[in-house]
Amino acid sequence: MTFDLASIRADFPILHQEIYGKPLVYLDNAATTQKPQIVIDTLRHYYEKDNANIHRGVHTLSERATKDYEATRDTIRSFFHAASTKEVIFTRGTTDSINLVASAWGSANVQAGDEILISHMEHHSNIVPWQMLCERSGATLKVIPMNEAGELDLETYANLLSERTKLVGIVHMSNALGTINPIATMIAQAHAVGAKVLIDGAQAAAHVPVDMQALDIDFYVTSAHKMYGPTGVGVLIAKQAILEAMPPYQGGGDMILMVTFEKTQYNDLPHKFEAGTPNIAGVIGFGAAIKYIQSIGFEAIEKREKELLAYATKLAQAFTGLRQIGTAKDKACVLSFVLDGVHPHDLGTILDREGVAIRAGHHCAMPVMQFYKVPATARASFSIYNTEAEVDALFAALTKARDMFA
Amino acid sequence: MFSLGDLYQQVIIDHTKSPRNFGKLDPCNHDAEGYNPLCGDQLHIYLQINADNIIEAIKFEGQGCSISTASASLMTEALKGKPVAEFERLFAAFHHMATADMEEAPDEDALGKLAVLSGVKEFPSRIKCATLCWHTLKAAIEDKAEPVRTE
Ligand SMILES: Cc1ncc(COP(=O)(O)O)c(C=O)c1O
Repeated sequence: MTFDLASIRADFPILHQEIYGKPLVYLDNAATTQKPQIVIDTLRHYYEKDNANIHRGVHTLSERATKDYEATRDTIRSFFHAASTKEVIFTRGTTDSINLVASAWGSANVQAGDEILISHMEHHSNIVPWQMLCERSGATLKVIPMNEAGELDLETYANLLSERTKLVGIVHMSNALGTINPIATMIAQAHAVGAKVLIDGAQAAAHVPVDMQALDIDFYVTSAHKMYGPTGVGVLIAKQAILEAMPPYQGGGDMILMVTFEKTQYNDLPHKFEAGTPNIAGVIGFGAAIKYIQSIGFEAIEKREKELLAYATKLAQAFTGLRQIGTAKDKACVLSFVLDGVHPHDLGTILDREGVAIRAGHHCAMPVMQFYKVPATARASFSIYNTEAEVDALFAALTKARDMFA
Repeated sequence: MFSLGDLYQQVIIDHTKSPRNFGKLDPCNHDAEGYNPLCGDQLHIYLQINADNIIEAIKFEGQGCSISTASASLMTEALKGKPVAEFERLFAAFHHMATADMEEAPDEDALGKLAVLSGVKEFPSRIKCATLCWHTLKAAIEDKAEPVRTE
């Protein structure tokens, strides 16, 4: 497939506006991506034509809504190469998915003396639920260290793994550093000691292809809103046998087959883990977003995003006073940095007045900030619709900020 | 519309680059910590208040953005040698300035040099940066053990 930047930009209505009289340069894609027209139209169509509750009505609207909702499950199954739609559980997002696993799987499988292993570059959402589980169960949380470049220390990882390790939680692509972790080998190593692996795909899923079966992933979690889809919806994809053996997470409607006051018989997968009326519109919009990514194709996406990151990295290296945070060999789409004499928060404000939207802060990865001994970083994160001219605008704005504080 | 120059006035840049009364105060009879989780700003304020309720000495340490550093620096300058009652009056005036209507000009008679920070009200996400030091100082005067948080 060929990559047509102009037509991709035309797909995203929000990009075509001015902020303080300057063209919007949206470089906060790691926080959330913008939405293409097809996703916006799908949401609108759903509410205008098909809105109904799912799985229970016999009327036409409910049948249409159910069909589109379940069709998305299959779109996601094929996108992530999962074995079956039974393995695809809709959630509120990455955070919700991890909490589901930590609660439901954790309560049944983790005990005092066990260990949970996560990495130093995890997002808080892949730290805190495990800390909570460890507190409840008496298990211990261990951390895979990283090096100055922001790459995991695989030797130490191998030594940390033991038969006590019950679960390894790794971010596929770090939102704070851009690092893409070598999950294939890490999963194989974890499996060799009998541990399960959860991969946090919140950042990765829009940028790199994922094959659940080839990689032998136990749990993969991600959020629609970082993949051009709506907020408040995401997915947990997990092996059927693991999900079958897990107790349910939340109780309520849709997750049951039969309820009496004495006993409840739980519904089959995937419904067992989808209690209550879900974000139906969001799920259907998620499906449209995935199809949008498929229409461009990962080969073209990866090639283009590498090109743009290389361009930005070259300018960053030449920029006096700029220190990059995160220089892993394998990384994507994230340029995290600090600038001598200008606090990231001030950069955020100054750049905004130039129309350039970046993120300043700890990126919900405080241990990463502690590692680099910085209170915060500025982060420009790129997507398929960003241009070299926008990267130039970023650096022009940075020059302005540097001059202000000179 | 306020421009960037209204927020980052030369006085603010100057106080950012060379903050006044920066460092630890030893001895001190009051101190408190303040923290802005949004941007990671951390502030420690130390005070020496004498028997006549005069702020004899005041210093601050920590790391933060330009607005929070300059605000703390200007605050310590304004209050050194002043009675605690003056803190209360200035805090009220400062708080009003930072949250007032856009059109309202800062009361320069009441605020003195602190009026240079009036630009923050145009930047809602930055107001907390300017007020963090004031809340922290209040906690120090009241001997609050818990660190102050802006959220
Ligand atoms: C790596 C990573 N994990 C988890 C999350 C949490 O995602 P959500 O807020 O959509 O649950 C994010 C989003 O910031 C992220 O970047």
